[in-house]
Amino acid sequence: MTHYKPPTQGKASQLFDVVVLVVLTVGALFVPLWMGMAGAAKSVATPVANPTWEALGQNAAQAAKYEALGYTPETAHDLILARFDYSFSVTALLVMIGVILLYYFLILRFSEVEYREVISEKFGE
Amino acid sequence: MSDFDITSQTMDGMGPHGTKVGLLRVLGPAHVWALGVGIVLVGEYMGWNFAVGKGGAYAALIACWFAGILYSCVAMIDSEVTSTVASAGGQYTQAKHIVGPLMAFNVGLYLVFAYTMLEAANAITAGYLFSVVATMSGHTGELDQRPFIILVIMFLAWLNYRGVLATLTFNLVITSIAFCAILVLFLSTSGILGESILEHAALFEGHELPYGWIGVLAAMHFGLWYYLGIEGTTQAAEEVRSPARSLPFGTLAGIMTLLIAATLTWFMCSGVLPWEYLGDGVNGSVAPLFDTARLSGSTALVWLLGFGTLFATLASANGCINDASRAWFAMGRDKYLPGWFGAVHPRYRTPYRSIIFLVPIALIFALGAPLDQVITFSILSGLLGYTFMPLNIILFRRKWPLETIKRGYEHPFHPIPAITLLTLCGVTFFAVFLGYGTQLVAMIGFYIVVSLWFHFWRYRFVNRGAQFTMPWPKPRGY
Repeated sequence: MTHYKPPTQGKASQLFDVVVLVVLTVGALFVPLWMGMAGAAKSVATPVANPTWEALGQNAAQAAKYEALGYTPETAHDLILARFDYSFSVTALLVMIGVILLYYFLILRFSEVEYREVISEKFGE
Repeated sequence: MSDFDITSQTMDGMGPHGTKVGLLRVLGPAHVWALGVGIVLVGEYMGWNFAVGKGGAYAALIACWFAGILYSCVAMIDSEVTSTVASAGGQYTQAKHIVGPLMAFNVGLYLVFAYTMLEAANAITAGYLFSVVATMSGHTGELDQRPFIILVIMFLAWLNYRGVLATLTFNLVITSIAFCAILVLFLSTSGILGESILEHAALFEGHELPYGWIGVLAAMHFGLWYYLGIEGTTQAAEEVRSPARSLPFGTLAGIMTLLIAATLTWFMCSGVLPWEYLGDGVNGSVAPLFDTARLSGSTALVWLLGFGTLFATLASANGCINDASRAWFAMGRDKYLPGWFGAVHPRYRTPYRSIIFLVPIALIFALGAPLDQVITFSILSGLLGYTFMPLNIILFRRKWPLETIKRGYEHPFHPIPAITLLTLCGVTFFAVFLGYGTQLVAMIGFYIVVSLWFHFWRYRFVNRGAQFTMPWPKPRGY
């Protein structure tokens, strides 16, 4: 088998490749944040007016800990009552599963093609 | 059997792998332990408590143990493969030899992003700690944490630039102190030395499983944080004196240390801090062990755990710089990335260009993103890497059965650990989906785009046969 000879990459091209990777990386993290789709925010479903430790569902031991940490029922209100919403749509779950499977299928398939080329060049046909 | 023997000092396949000078082989098993535990122990000092917020205290304990099983599988599988693939890049190099170039490129990126974002999370926590110390010392007003974040990253990058032995010896010392601080806090608060301050029954009353069982599943997301990074021990493969002995020993000792530290941490913090406060790592308990020490009433414990937290964040950031730069360097050396990154410093024998390049990347994340988002991206990259490992070990055993290559360590009960790991990864993907589905899809979208970029553009610069550097026999089936 003829050995593959890779082209020499110029400095400008190397720099461009690095810039592409950095832009994609930063975009993957910050675009969901900028679009307000980061998720995982907690919210208070039913606020308590004039909160007390009892109204916030705290027993004496729990209330004592909050007071030791410097909280009052008013300042601890949101911290104690905020909850995640774990409701989800089956469609969204199926889309996620589909995306993950597509991703692994893609990389395993392309990898296999590349790997066969590596092995045949390394060990000969 | 080939003439390659990983347990031999003269036939272990080690070498510069394409560079004029190789990385320096100076590390022992203790350094490997310090690298693995040093990266991870910060997970006990901050971040794991988001699991409490996701499902309550019991859910966090269940997640702690199931994540412990997941990482025990990771450590066993990794120990076998890496005790054979003695080259920098860790799982990247494993994937390159066992699965294929595109998988290797993806795994290399998982490693770099998992560690760089963990480094960013550590720097954020260090900045927070300095602000707490300033407040405790009488400073009034809001302290600007950004200079401390920048200083931490710059100082540790400089240390890494100067040499691996000093870097990991530094890690060994500060990680040992941080681990001892957890033990001292346990002895002091649990009733073994003095009176117990733990009140599990009273604090759990009425809040046993606040979200029900779906909260237990959701908690698996941050359950990974107890141990995330232990697989980084493999990055030292090209710099240890005896890879066949040091890597399995250091990795397996590391996971045992972390299982103990994680369980003790949950036990102490959940017995002292109310779950809603403990579970909110942004507005509540940023550093739970430190907060536990504060409520103990002992000034000595406050200082000890304050230093423990600081040392754990520094050790972790330090190890992350070490690991991310080795993965980036290894990809540059193979031309998976521009070859400029694949250079070794002629005097310090470190991958200095990769170390320097990743500094601004870490700073972008540390200064520009919230802590839980940074942690989530680190976890997601780690999770994708753990999903690769079962495939890796199954293909490794199939292509090179036990009798064809001598391993430094053979993990038992194959393929049960691989199947267990794959199942737990599936559960964790669902846990991430429950709160951070958008990030998950964005992250995988990113990996799909860069995979296409690599396959159709970047791979043309890679020398096909020369990237296979291990002196192994031809794989079966090819």
